[in-house]
Amino acid sequence: MKKITKYVLVDILRNKIVIGYTIFLFLISLSVFNLEDSSSKGLLSLLNIILIIVPLVSVIFSTIYIYNSAEFIELLVSQPLKRKQLWASLFTGLAGSLTFSFFIGIGIPVLLYAASATGYIMIIMGLLLTVIFVAIALLAAVIARDKAKGIGFAIFLWLYFSLLFDGLILFILFQFQEYPLEKFMVVAAALNPIDLSRIMVLLKMDTSALMGYTGAVFRDFFGSNTGFIIAVAILFSWVVTVFWLSLRRFQKKDL
Amino acid sequence: MIIASNVTKQFGRLKALNNVSVTCNKGECIALIGPNGSGKTTFIKCILGMVVPDSGFITFNGKNIIHDWKYRRHIGYMPQIGRYPDNMTIGQVFKMMKDIRSESTENKFDESLIRYFGLDQMLQKRMRTLSGGTRQKVSASLAFLFDPDVLILDEPTAGLDPVASETLKEKIKSEKEKGKLILITSHILSELDELITQVIYMQEGNIQFHKKLSELQKDTGEQKLSKVIASVMSKK
Amino acid sequence: MKNIFYILAGLLITGITSHARTIRVGKQFQFHSIGQAIAAAVNGDTVLVENGLYREKNIVIGKSIVLIGNNFPVLDGEHQYEIISIKANYVTVKGFKIVHSGVSSLVDIAAIRIYGCHDVTISGNILEDTFFGIYSQSSFNCLIENNKLTATAKTEQESGNGIHCWKSDSLQIIGNNITGHRDGIYFEFVTNSVIWRNESHKNMRYGLHFMFSNNDSYISNVFRNNGAGVSVMFTHGVKMFNNYFEENWGDASYGIFLKEISDSYIIGNKFLRNTSGIFMEGASRILVEKNEFKDNGWAMKIQASCLDNVITKNNFEGNTFDVGTNGSLVLNSFDRNYWDKYDGYDLNKDKVGDIPYRPVSLYSMIVEKNPAAMMLYRSFMTSLLDRSEKILPTLTPENLKDNFPLMKPLHL
Repeated sequence: MKKITKYVLVDILRNKIVIGYTIFLFLISLSVFNLEDSSSKGLLSLLNIILIIVPLVSVIFSTIYIYNSAEFIELLVSQPLKRKQLWASLFTGLAGSLTFSFFIGIGIPVLLYAASATGYIMIIMGLLLTVIFVAIALLAAVIARDKAKGIGFAIFLWLYFSLLFDGLILFILFQFQEYPLEKFMVVAAALNPIDLSRIMVLLKMDTSALMGYTGAVFRDFFGSNTGFIIAVAILFSWVVTVFWLSLRRFQKKDL
Repeated sequence: MIIASNVTKQFGRLKALNNVSVTCNKGECIALIGPNGSGKTTFIKCILGMVVPDSGFITFNGKNIIHDWKYRRHIGYMPQIGRYPDNMTIGQVFKMMKDIRSESTENKFDESLIRYFGLDQMLQKRMRTLSGGTRQKVSASLAFLFDPDVLILDEPTAGLDPVASETLKEKIKSEKEKGKLILITSHILSELDELITQVIYMQEGNIQFHKKLSELQKDTGEQKLSKVIASVMSKK
Repeated sequence: MKNIFYILAGLLITGITSHARTIRVGKQFQFHSIGQAIAAAVNGDTVLVENGLYREKNIVIGKSIVLIGNNFPVLDGEHQYEIISIKANYVTVKGFKIVHSGVSSLVDIAAIRIYGCHDVTISGNILEDTFFGIYSQSSFNCLIENNKLTATAKTEQESGNGIHCWKSDSLQIIGNNITGHRDGIYFEFVTNSVIWRNESHKNMRYGLHFMFSNNDSYISNVFRNNGAGVSVMFTHGVKMFNNYFEENWGDASYGIFLKEISDSYIIGNKFLRNTSGIFMEGASRILVEKNEFKDNGWAMKIQASCLDNVITKNNFEGNTFDVGTNGSLVLNSFDRNYWDKYDGYDLNKDKVGDIPYRPVSLYSMIVEKNPAAMMLYRSFMTSLLDRSEKILPTLTPENLKDNFPLMKPLHL
């Protein structure tokens, strides 16, 4: 397990796209912190990167990587290895290298320029989102046999979590305007890791006061230390559930 | 050693394996023969656990392979088309495979084929730059590298030049003499004459027959394997 | 005119009583108690109190005297009493440290209370841990200046207002520092008064609470970090100049909350980091000019019930939403402001943008209709909605726009 993880890690960290991604994140972070007049504004600009670009790159890169390693996987499956181990190694390798990129690209600048509670939460959320979207990519790649279909599916999932889901929420909010929807919103946030991360970061920023009554419900639920632990646990369960689903399919997959 | 019972596998509408039951024992050298798409490769992949049967089961040394992945340390597999990570060198592939399997063989490697094929001279070459034949040489070397009890060779000589092909045959013969179980699929029947002891003939996912070569020769009165098969087929 | 008359009258009285005595209170003097000293004094006398701790329950000043503390003698109300009650005109109370007034949920107990008098001066006192601070009831022409009021109550029920004025006229509230009260300054039925250079911060409810008080001015005050900001209601003719409204963050917190206000002026103020800079409801004929709106959640929220307001020559910078509204009909003018979100162009170089700016975003309309949608704040979805609305306006109010948006911020 460790050995394969090592091979995958080394392979990905040498990958030009991953190196480019790291540099891209690093330059964006630096320019954001140097151009904006306050570090909290810089953090707000970075939030968009973390919520949109990081999941997109994680999911697309991982899907393509899995398809490109089809031979490698095939070779290893015929070897005395557990499929579970092989899949877990691929996941660990991908998640490890991409979180490493994220940490270098965004984590370190944030620690240098905005080492605040908001900054820490943003780093934690970015790392968790990276891992979740690697898991989502694995699921997409194991479901679709065809490479084009798999990448399409992965992009669709990204689109769903970053855009369509929110559209759906907006639709429901207006359809059921007369009903108290605060609790529903809390549940809805848990169903979308991007929304949950965004809300966790915003709750730490002073903009949280803008969120009114619903925001207060969220603050009661997620704002405390226990709430933070609950949110992180929810995000972790996203990782575990999605990875477990992909693993179950991979174990029955014909190669 | 390997027992398949009622193995069935369907890909969509196509029935790749239909109730296949086979018993293979130590010391045997079995030719798996049949037309294209008859299910040979699928059957091999089932034995290797790369394809999971819809029904039926396969045991290796008495253990169901579904619950036991460790049996694969006793198998050396040479695929029909060897596919390797493009940006690894030959040396890295060997090193990685040794790395992965080292705990199961205590670092005793059979590197004779690597030398015979001259692969040790080109360890720095990247896999993507290799010709089909060289790739086959790598696959073959890997299959024998760990001195396994069972060798499964899918079209071993396809794409190899005559010299390499002969080298490989010699190697197979010497392993057979060590009492290993060897499973070979091939189109080119003439190549198998001197190697095999048994023949499994597959067609459309079914096993048509599984007999000793000597029996077949006696039944048909032919010596050459190709003639034997032709004769059997014409009788049906 | 009226004021001048009173000042003259005051001068006259001091002139007449030029033989006024100074009565000293302290351990080494004849009087050990302020009450006794006041009882011995006549109109025009000065009672000079030396440093020390005085527990005299309730001190009633029923004569026109000057009560001065030397080096802040402490008047302790022992959490039970109203400490100074002023029931005469021309009284001055100066230089005391007044602590621990009584607390009651039935009576408004104050540290210093003025009962229907005129020409009272309360100056340079330090009030700590009081229920109500300085209370003016049916009084006029009084001056409350340079006092420092600090309360420490935890709930709104347990705390009173800092400077509480009711049914008064011609008051001057100048240079006071008020914190920890329910409302910093409270005005109800107070007219023709001025609130100048006060600092009201960290009060539980409003920094300034202002109702039915016509023709007042408040100028150069700082209202910072109060529970709900500043509230001005049911009034006309208010002049709000050069004040700072800062850091009033909270679910229902405002820089200024305006309700049923008319014919007023909001000029030269700074609204920084408030949930809503200005919230207007039923406001009409207000001129909002030369203000700075910076880093607020909403710079302005204008309900549909507002009309004929003119918002011009202001700077809007770094606000989450520039303007929020709940209706589609808008009868206010927004011309000639600077908006940092404006991305139009100025081809003829007259420093005015050539295309109008729409300060209301689609998302802010959605939030107005359905506050729960605030949960989607800063999501990809909402920024896409706003982009598309900018290109093709459909839902935002047609005539809520700045027809002449400025290209550069004004120097304010």
